[in-house]
Amino acid sequence: MLKLFKNLNYIWNKFKIAGNEFWDTLEEELILSNVSVETASEILKDVKEYCYENNISNFEEIKKFLKEKIKSILIKDINYDNKVLKINQKPFIILVAGVNGVGKTSSIAKLANLLKNEGKTVLISAADTFRAAAIEQIQYFADKLNIDIVKHQRDSDPGAVVYDSLDRAIAKNIDIVIIDTAGRMQTSANLIDELKKIKRIINKKLNRDPDEVLLVIDSNTGQNAKFQADVFNKALNLTGIILTKADSSSKGGVVLSIKNDLNIPIKFITFGEKINDIDYFDPEKFVEMLIA
Amino acid sequence: MFEFLTSKFEDLFFKIKNKGKLSPKDLEDSLREIKLILLEADVNYLVVKQFLEKIKEKALGENILESLTPFQQVIKIVNDEMINMLGGSSSLINFSQRIPTIIMLVGLQGSGKTTTAVKLANLIKSKYAKKVSLIAADIYRPAAILQLIDYSKKIGCEVYHEDNNNNPVQICINGINALRKEASDVVIIDTAGRLQIDVEMMNEVIEIKKQVKPHQIYLVVDCMTGQEAVNIAKEFNEKLEYDGIILTKLDSDSRGGAALSINHVVKKPIKFVSVGEKIEDFDIFHPDRMASRIIGMGDILTLIEKTEKLIDEKKSKEIEEKIYKNELNFEDFVEQLRSIKKIGSLEKIFSMLPIMGKNKVLKDINLDDKQIDKIEAIINSMTKQERRYPEIINGSRKKRIADGSGTDVSDVNKLLKQFENTRHLLKQFTGGFNKKGFKLPFTGF
Repeated sequence: MLKLFKNLNYIWNKFKIAGNEFWDTLEEELILSNVSVETASEILKDVKEYCYENNISNFEEIKKFLKEKIKSILIKDINYDNKVLKINQKPFIILVAGVNGVGKTSSIAKLANLLKNEGKTVLISAADTFRAAAIEQIQYFADKLNIDIVKHQRDSDPGAVVYDSLDRAIAKNIDIVIIDTAGRMQTSANLIDELKKIKRIINKKLNRDPDEVLLVIDSNTGQNAKFQADVFNKALNLTGIILTKADSSSKGGVVLSIKNDLNIPIKFITFGEKINDIDYFDPEKFVEMLIA
Repeated sequence: MFEFLTSKFEDLFFKIKNKGKLSPKDLEDSLREIKLILLEADVNYLVVKQFLEKIKEKALGENILESLTPFQQVIKIVNDEMINMLGGSSSLINFSQRIPTIIMLVGLQGSGKTTTAVKLANLIKSKYAKKVSLIAADIYRPAAILQLIDYSKKIGCEVYHEDNNNNPVQICINGINALRKEASDVVIIDTAGRLQIDVEMMNEVIEIKKQVKPHQIYLVVDCMTGQEAVNIAKEFNEKLEYDGIILTKLDSDSRGGAALSINHVVKKPIKFVSVGEKIEDFDIFHPDRMASRIIGMGDILTLIEKTEKLIDEKKSKEIEEKIYKNELNFEDFVEQLRSIKKIGSLEKIFSMLPIMGKNKVLKDINLDDKQIDKIEAIINSMTKQERRYPEIINGSRKKRIADGSGTDVSDVNKLLKQFENTRHLLKQFTGGFNKKGFKLPFTGF
């Protein structure tokens, strides 16, 4: 599971005082958790200042403020009190994008299942027409979950798949359409353009933007995740992040930096191979997990 | 790939270079900056620490003011350490005596195993002219087998698969037997993605290793992996003792820190890199070239080496003395020209220099190698005495030199004038020159 500090208690017991060595070790651990150098020093600067100003030398209190500081980054400008998806129109469109191998297709299956279990009708749009067997993979999930799917031939135009999906969703009065897109490196300009085109098609058909544009980020990814978020955000105006593979040994600290630098909130988190291994992002729980 | 590191290192080196002399504080500052660059590039924190210690040790150990310029020496140290970090020289595939040579690919989910399996098959097939087949042992991810079959069709390789068998160990055993009968030279096993902390899944792949005895096991690693890359590599190695690493997704403009850390920690060579979506986008990995690329100054190292080898420092010093005494003559001039020519064309030398925005500069400067040939021809047509004492060259001598070198008197005049200007200029500047280090005095050309 994700954890910012391997063993915070152990670090404290090693030094027993909040001196330079203690802070340096914390910084080292934050960086080892993929928090960027910048964000790590910002967090520690605030915590340190707070401790000095209030004359705090008690470990539990330091830990408490550390949690608060990290939570404050995560919840800035977003209200997690209600479920993060405000499903207020039909069809509610969720566009899912990401680089190759982060777990887009599995996440979409999990998300579709989660929403279906909330009583919504869901349609999956198989717009990854590029990767070999991607359509078959999502088809497998759709069959298993008994969820409607719109697909075309391999290598066909993803835009056309999306267009048909919207048609079908309107005709069948579907609540939510989730669009699976091909994995693409953020450095590939023409593939990013293809995503923009999908967005334009939605716009043309429904006269509005997709309601959610989610970027899938792999917990194992390092500082490159910031770059991914930046490029996809510029092209698509991201509304949130799905953090995958939280069951890995990685510490997922990079989402802190993404939130801190680009202010894109995490909305979902996945943590296993089973279809139910997905949850709405809960900052409270997340911080407790990060700083155990 | 690695542009991030390259541009950051370029900025840094440009900064030090402009300082001219390197003080201990400059060195400290540079080390701090290198630390930030490497961390931002996802190089493992502990690896960075060791890396910096080594550079510091080397920089202080070698008297960095002794050879060439300190700036170049720092780059050289960083570059050498970078190659060390990436793992020395590249190594190729060993094929087994008895067919088939079995190669097994393992790694986390989403690292790119299936795509890599086909790319590797294609590389072996085309480079070594072997019959390569694949075994689909990922029974977990929906449509993974189909993906492998579909992709393999493009390169005409057979895929062994069993649709109703959910025992990957058995599938691999059956596959090897079947493919051996079909005289496959090489068999690549595509296993399912797994977390190194998933005991059950790790046991499965350990069992495949035990039963099938692959000749080579490669760990497939997504090069965008962050700090955790070293632990993943370490734990896979403890369980499987793999032979090498394949790095994928290098086209993602990645910082590629994983590449720099893993070898350092597990001491396994990076064998191949996958650099794009096409099947051919797959290369044998050369640590030295990669290091140069990262530093963004690979070529200047070649340049330093070449100048070190070709330019006699003693002679270069003698020339400086002469400049100082205003005794510089055409013999020295031609000597220097030859040294430069030994290194390569002017265009090439210029392209090796770490100059920001050099393409813009290049447009304005006419780097014509023919110019140098012409100058050399003119000097060669001078007598020994004329070369030593250019002052004696009068009208009739000029005519003779021009005829001898196939040039016009105006060319000879131009050269003499430029030479006089240069000599004059150099004399003025010599006082301010750092006497150590090689200078190219004839920058007028």
